[in-house]
Amino acid sequence: MTDEMASGGDLDLLREMLRIRRFEERCVELYSATKIRGFLHLYIGEEAVAVGVLSALGPADAVVATYREHGHALARGIPAAAIMAEMFGRIDGCSGGRGGSMHLFDAVTRFYGGNAIVAGGLPVAVGLALADHLRGEDTVTACFFGEGAVAEGEFHESINLAALWDLPVLFCCENNLYAMGTAVARSESETNMARKAAAYGVDATPVDGMDVGAVVDAATAAVAAIRRGDGPQFLELHTYRFRAHSMYDPDRYRDKAEVEEWKHRDPILLLTRRLRADGSLDDHHLEALEAEVAAEIDEAVAFADASGLEPVEDLTRHVHSEAVPR
Amino acid sequence: MKTTYREAMRAALREALLADDRVFLMGEDVGAYGGGFAVSLGLIEEFGPERIRDAPLSESGFVGAGIGAALGGMRPIVEIMTVNFSLLALDQIMNNAATILHMSGGQFNVPLVIRMTTGAGRQLAAQHSHSLEGWLAHIPGLKVLTPATLEDARGMLATALADPDPVLIFEHGTLYNMKGELADDAGAVDIDRAAVRRAGSDVSLVTYGGTLFKTLDAAEELAGEGIDAEVIDLRALRPLDMPTVIESVRRTHRAVIVDEGWRSGSISAEISARITEQAFWDLDAPVVRVCSAEVPIPFAKHLEDAAVPQVADVVAGARQAVGGG
Repeated sequence: MTDEMASGGDLDLLREMLRIRRFEERCVELYSATKIRGFLHLYIGEEAVAVGVLSALGPADAVVATYREHGHALARGIPAAAIMAEMFGRIDGCSGGRGGSMHLFDAVTRFYGGNAIVAGGLPVAVGLALADHLRGEDTVTACFFGEGAVAEGEFHESINLAALWDLPVLFCCENNLYAMGTAVARSESETNMARKAAAYGVDATPVDGMDVGAVVDAATAAVAAIRRGDGPQFLELHTYRFRAHSMYDPDRYRDKAEVEEWKHRDPILLLTRRLRADGSLDDHHLEALEAEVAAEIDEAVAFADASGLEPVEDLTRHVHSEAVPR
Repeated sequence: MKTTYREAMRAALREALLADDRVFLMGEDVGAYGGGFAVSLGLIEEFGPERIRDAPLSESGFVGAGIGAALGGMRPIVEIMTVNFSLLALDQIMNNAATILHMSGGQFNVPLVIRMTTGAGRQLAAQHSHSLEGWLAHIPGLKVLTPATLEDARGMLATALADPDPVLIFEHGTLYNMKGELADDAGAVDIDRAAVRRAGSDVSLVTYGGTLFKTLDAAEELAGEGIDAEVIDLRALRPLDMPTVIESVRRTHRAVIVDEGWRSGSISAEISARITEQAFWDLDAPVVRVCSAEVPIPFAKHLEDAAVPQVADVVAGARQAVGGG
């Protein structure tokens, strides 16, 4: 059974979700210790969405995410150490310390941020897909955004463009029910996001975003449809943020009982329970998995701590390109 | 050869599309309609709808798509019909195009060109007539070009496309029909130097874009009064070629800035500040600014004319600078 632990679909999914959960729990401690400053938006509770969707992508595909993107960055394969160094504002961070928590970027994995303007990433994702389309490549651009973005004009402009031009975009609406503190029913006349996408002629699928297996299945089918030439696809991933919007949020706008109710549907809990039930996971292996993840995060923190600061003399670098990549 | 500003722009577009498969033009009515100002007329027939791409009325959407396509390895040219409409895309221009290179620690550059019409003079009233290029020139990470001559209309696009970072090109609406002679072999020009369009020794008239020819006309009139004016065409508002301006002011000791933008918080204010920072002791008179009146541009012809700088205003400004010595 130890050999099976090393790999295998469900266990990989569990490992990825645990990496995100434990990474962010450590971030909270580091925030309290003032190692991390600025905004810190936690993804805890929503891990199944990023892990499930990104498991369906290949290395040539592109990802556009939001300011709540630590999970996506980790699941996409950006090293935890480079992400943690970025959170610390260090030179070895994945954005050289210029971006921080909200602006994780990585050329190697085609991870185009980290966009902190709600819906601002959607037109960019459409353009990445347009470039691939014009070159005749079969790559997919996965674009993550919250249900709050659906109220923005850029959502409607982007989904119209993608559908009109038949572009390979996987729209992933992470519906966690709150745009910061505004409940979806207080901001949307139509609270069914999939229906909005369908109005543009886009195939739209509601998904249980707390069930990583369901997310994998839906994303795999959607990516296959895009590669087949069926045009853009839309997933409405029903999920829930267990923590406050950011470290500044006193969380006054929702009932504690509601949060506790959703925790019964914790994606890690659900998968762990299922794997235990079918005999592919026991205490011993879960402990081993936790130890493996903890070691990776320890190393990431040590790396970030040891990383230097960019010299202030270099302040104005990267306003314009230094070399011409033609 | 005889040509117009519009035809020179079109020749530049055509050359760019022929030279590089990654180049495509995208915007409202650039294809079947031929361009809001007919710049791209005929290009869809030659290059097809994939490369001369009509976009819906979604400025933020298609400017952002241009940014994404540039990130994805293409060389898009996005046309926005007028600068007023570009405000709908300001999020993408400011928060993405100008910012991604920096936020990504230098990993992702945005080789995007955005062209748009600017300026008054055609009785198009307050939502089609403003000169907001000075606003855009506020933003680090952008380059802002203001071609006024046929040579620059023909030559700036190629250089902008070769730039690894976002470049905005502002085409003054009154220039499209301007006719003139252009060398048959006219091609790429630099995009970071101002040009002295008329040499003079008594006063430096600093301008760009649509007011260049009014300023040159004013210089002719001033010559009749015995005032020898130098006319500097900035050509680019970001970066600003201050060495050329300062060198001129050090010779003439007087400066007049002519700008169709509003005076408050403007590019003319920036240039004036830099002149006083860098050449204060060379000045024989306070810097004079000839700008648009602080009103939304009105429709009625006589009011529009009164709102934007005219030849007589430039002449009066130069007289003030020279008389104030």
